[in-house]
Amino acid sequence: MALTGLFLILFLVVHLIGNLQLLAGDGGRRFNEYSHFMSHSLLIQTVSKLNFAFIILHVLYSLWLSRQAHAARPQGYEGKPALQTATWSSRNMGILGTVILLFLIVHLKGFWYEFKFGSVPSISYADAPEPLHDAYEVVRAAYAQAWYAGFYILSMIFLGFHLHHGFQSAFHTLGLSNYRYKPLIRAVGTVFAILVPMLFALIPAVMHLQSLGY
Amino acid sequence: MENQSLRLKLRVWRQASSQAKGAFETYELAAVPVHASFLEMMDLLNEQLVREDKEPVAFDHDCREGICGMCSMYINGRAHGPQRGTTTCQLHMRHFRDGETITVEPFRAAAFPVLKDLAVNRSAFDRIQQAGGYVTVNTGNAPDGNAVPIPKTDADEAFMSAACIGCGACVAACKNASAMLFVSAKVSQYALLPQGQPEHRERVLSMVEAMDMEGFGHCTNTGACEAECPKGISVENIARLNRSYLAAQLSGGGTSAVATSD
Ligand code: HEM
Ligand code: SF4
Ligand code: FES
Repeated sequence: MALTGLFLILFLVVHLIGNLQLLAGDGGRRFNEYSHFMSHSLLIQTVSKLNFAFIILHVLYSLWLSRQAHAARPQGYEGKPALQTATWSSRNMGILGTVILLFLIVHLKGFWYEFKFGSVPSISYADAPEPLHDAYEVVRAAYAQAWYAGFYILSMIFLGFHLHHGFQSAFHTLGLSNYRYKPLIRAVGTVFAILVPMLFALIPAVMHLQSLGY
Repeated sequence: MENQSLRLKLRVWRQASSQAKGAFETYELAAVPVHASFLEMMDLLNEQLVREDKEPVAFDHDCREGICGMCSMYINGRAHGPQRGTTTCQLHMRHFRDGETITVEPFRAAAFPVLKDLAVNRSAFDRIQQAGGYVTVNTGNAPDGNAVPIPKTDADEAFMSAACIGCGACVAACKNASAMLFVSAKVSQYALLPQGQPEHRERVLSMVEAMDMEGFGHCTNTGACEAECPKGISVENIARLNRSYLAAQLSGGGTSAVATSD
């Protein structure tokens, strides 16, 4: 769980840097070049396959964990505590993860599947040797839809909570935490859990506003 | 405390045996002194039940001074009740309101089957202990306590881990019914001391194996255990156990030379 989770965290960072090209304000050229590079680099394509495998492993392991937890306490409690002792995110990792999974399915169908197997318009730049896929146009069209942009932003909030617990938890699971570093790990994790989903969510938010003419 | 006694309604889990199906029963107590401990309140209930010719509620207790770890009860959704850092015997009725309904349940975990009413069988902890929660030393005269120098910080940390009383509140409070806090405390009390080193790897591997065999859940680092532990055992012990377990597995997992030399 920790290894797959940390890999996914790393993936988030790389993915975010790529996505931010969408906001370059150049009609999508930077993003299209980036996306051309990504789909033609053997390294990236290999890592991408690995990433799929890790997502599947992460989900399978989470299913196993939930079953394990249920088997370890077949009968629950009736009493409701006046005060919860564990963080909300830590108690709801499964629900948070399920929403993220749903998002991933919609996200992959909309972009990855379209780029790979759908019909993506081409665009030629005067000073470029060959026309590129206009990936930017696909993204622009998607984020112009209010429900899509809204769903994206909402999912990022869920991701934030998942990371709020997950980031520090992964270090704990790997035994990399102790009295000295725990506050630091927690602080970095919290900043990461707020900053990364926020930047991800910024893109559909800005692009939706652009589509409305702002 | 103006109000010197409380009128209480108790919802108590009653279950005739481990096989029987249990259910909640509701009882009323007219006058519980605010300075009574929770167990003394349970005594009052049982006296009342005996007077009414009913079966008293079975519950575990022994020292009644917070050191034996027997008094397992899940009170109003919290292991050992709402007070932090206390066992049930050290919880006093002044923390409850007049007229309040209190729900009392046994600790719930597949590895802690209910014996009767609120009493559960925690022998799973004993078996985990027997799997490695000791150091192998020859008997004889007590060795000189100062013969082996130990840094003060290590000694203190080992002592803090050794404060675990095996009460099982960590398991009861964990949403996964994981026993990691208990096991990590039992491993850490030796991991930090030179006497614990020869058998360290073997201890880690066999205690974790014993824990898994008992059917406890997996740790997902929620921290509920630490919050409910009456002895303030820290989850940093769990990180240490994870670290030790990974290291033991990576180094082939074999037993160390000293432990197998006989
Ligand atoms: C980009 C996506 C994701 C990232 C970055 C991520 C990250 C993490 C991390 C770092 C952990 C903590 C690992 C540990 O404590 O050892 C974790 C735990 C978990 N993840 Fe994810 N995850 C993602 C997607 C998902 C998805 C799609 C699911 C689907 C069901 C999911 C379900 C879970 C569950 C159930 C846990 C539970 C363990 C716990 O309660 O702490 N995650 N995740
Ligand atoms: S770690 Fe704390 S809660 Fe768990 S058994 Fe030991 S004393 Fe009880
Ligand atoms: S009865 Fe011994 S700790 Fe409560």
